[in-house]
Amino acid sequence: MITIDNLSVHFPLGRRLIGTAPVVKAVDDVSLSIPKGSFFGLVGESGSGKTTLGRAILRAAPITTGTIGYNDGEARYDVGTIAKSELRDYRRRAQLVFQDPYAALSPRMTVRDIIAEPLEVMELTSGREETDERVREIAAKCRLNLEHLRRYPHAFSGGQRQRISIARALVCGPRFVVADEAVAALDVSIQADILNLLKSLQRELDLTILFISHDLSVVAHVCNHVAVMYHGRIMEEASTRELFANPGHDYTRALLSAIPSLDPDVPLNAQVYAPEGSVQHQ
Amino acid sequence: MTALIDVENLTIQFKTDEGLITVVENVSFTLDRGEVMGLVGESGSGKSVTAKSLMHLNDENAVYGPESKITLHTDNGPIDVLSLRTARELNVVRGGAISMIFQEPMASFAPAITIGKQMVEQLQLHLNMPFAEARELSIEMLDRVGIKEPSSRFDQYAFELSGGMRQRAMIAMALSTKPSLLIADEPTTALDVTIQAQVINLMKDLVAEFGMCILFITHDLGVIAQVADRVAVMYLGRIMEKGPVRDVIRTPAHAYTRGLINALPKLDDLDAPLTPIPGDIPSPLERPSGCVFHPRNAELEPGSRYEREVPPLSEVAPGHFAAVFPEDAGTIS
Repeated sequence: MITIDNLSVHFPLGRRLIGTAPVVKAVDDVSLSIPKGSFFGLVGESGSGKTTLGRAILRAAPITTGTIGYNDGEARYDVGTIAKSELRDYRRRAQLVFQDPYAALSPRMTVRDIIAEPLEVMELTSGREETDERVREIAAKCRLNLEHLRRYPHAFSGGQRQRISIARALVCGPRFVVADEAVAALDVSIQADILNLLKSLQRELDLTILFISHDLSVVAHVCNHVAVMYHGRIMEEASTRELFANPGHDYTRALLSAIPSLDPDVPLNAQVYAPEGSVQHQ
Repeated sequence: MTALIDVENLTIQFKTDEGLITVVENVSFTLDRGEVMGLVGESGSGKSVTAKSLMHLNDENAVYGPESKITLHTDNGPIDVLSLRTARELNVVRGGAISMIFQEPMASFAPAITIGKQMVEQLQLHLNMPFAEARELSIEMLDRVGIKEPSSRFDQYAFELSGGMRQRAMIAMALSTKPSLLIADEPTTALDVTIQAQVINLMKDLVAEFGMCILFITHDLGVIAQVADRVAVMYLGRIMEKGPVRDVIRTPAHAYTRGLINALPKLDDLDAPLTPIPGDIPSPLERPSGCVFHPRNAELEPGSRYEREVPPLSEVAPGHFAAVFPEDAGTIS
């Protein structure tokens, strides 16, 4: 579905009169392939470049070098060189679910208008009736009460808002979805519900999902394939089972060892990942 | 262990445009010297408001119930915290006997003043310590929490430190006045797991070294399991369950605690289904009657007592209490 070859995304840090300006290597020579129909986890700590990688795939971050290929069986794109005229179609096919359902929804629009907006902006329907039909259909799939469509987001809890956010991302019928920390802002009792919803939607709508998260235990439960990112590079990539049973990289082991166990008698024995030549921030 | 703070029948309401909102209701617990007490709850559970009341830090619109009583036991006798009024009186608890650290260490430090100046300032304020001595103590504390080259860090600004280091500096600052109680409000939530692990271990070491008490507030049961001796689980302003951390996590007596544990993704069993707690956390304006958790409790039969009556905290095992009626207190598996 997504084939990434030697992708780098560098952000310049100021300018120099002489010589080259220093850059932040947010994504550094990453090659990755996301199979069709997979629930693909991308794990990393803050600053690892996981969000930038997700954004680059959606053509929302500049590609410095390398290529990203998209192929859903109906359409193929080289993401770096998509023409403006084709961008609308790509946007329909590849969508994003945001982290914070409080910031992502306009407080001045009704839930119906929020969900309908992508259809209207991309002119995907022939009229208001068809739009309403599509909105109701996706709202039901995301387990939203149809009576709620007339209300404003402030009336909803975090979990309901995230369902609205997901409905908005899925209303235009995308084949590929990037969910960037989609449950990080939610309470534990609600988080499980959203994870189960994403999982069932993925199966029902035959979606390919790139699930970006800092939380290994969440990724372990929903994803069938996981890549671990650190300082802009992919450290390790494996099927979920394999990665959690036999972590192959020291960094993955360090990450796993840092997760506090629910058993008070299993002491926290976090290993420190300190590759040679790296700068340690203690 | 001796009691440091007794909280009895704490009820806090907030005056808002939409009327009085009950945020904490009839909460009682004791904090002992030398223990880590965990306070777990989701958003709106009242855990931060409860903690702030120990320092009388809640906003002006907070109304304390007439029965509410918070007693701080000091060497000079007990202090009724809620009766403190003037800034001078309040200094005894604020920064004196009690220090607090917050979730976001970047927001807790003033950005334009060096870390050192901020550390020295509070020592001068609370302990009348001369500058040179305060500087020396601050640098020593920075060293104690594992910050390398503390004397050069002393002159740096918060933005020059990494997230983990900032939180360590915050802890060093909070501990330098030698408080009897450290309130840590989600101290690791904004940190990466690897840094979180360091902060957890640091706090455990500090309790062992200083013999102080920590009230550790978090939504993360895994963190609680690792750091706390006892735990209180809060939901919508009430304590649902409290007791020794092993008992509460291994044999949770309240349906809410069980629900929280079942909703957590666990790494040792990847195939275990995630069981969400049904429904959503109600708005504080729509507080359910009876047991506040009853609308989301799938274990209850329709028409049960919990819909109308508030269950008392019943002792289900020694020192282990749950908000269930006595007839249900024995049926815990």
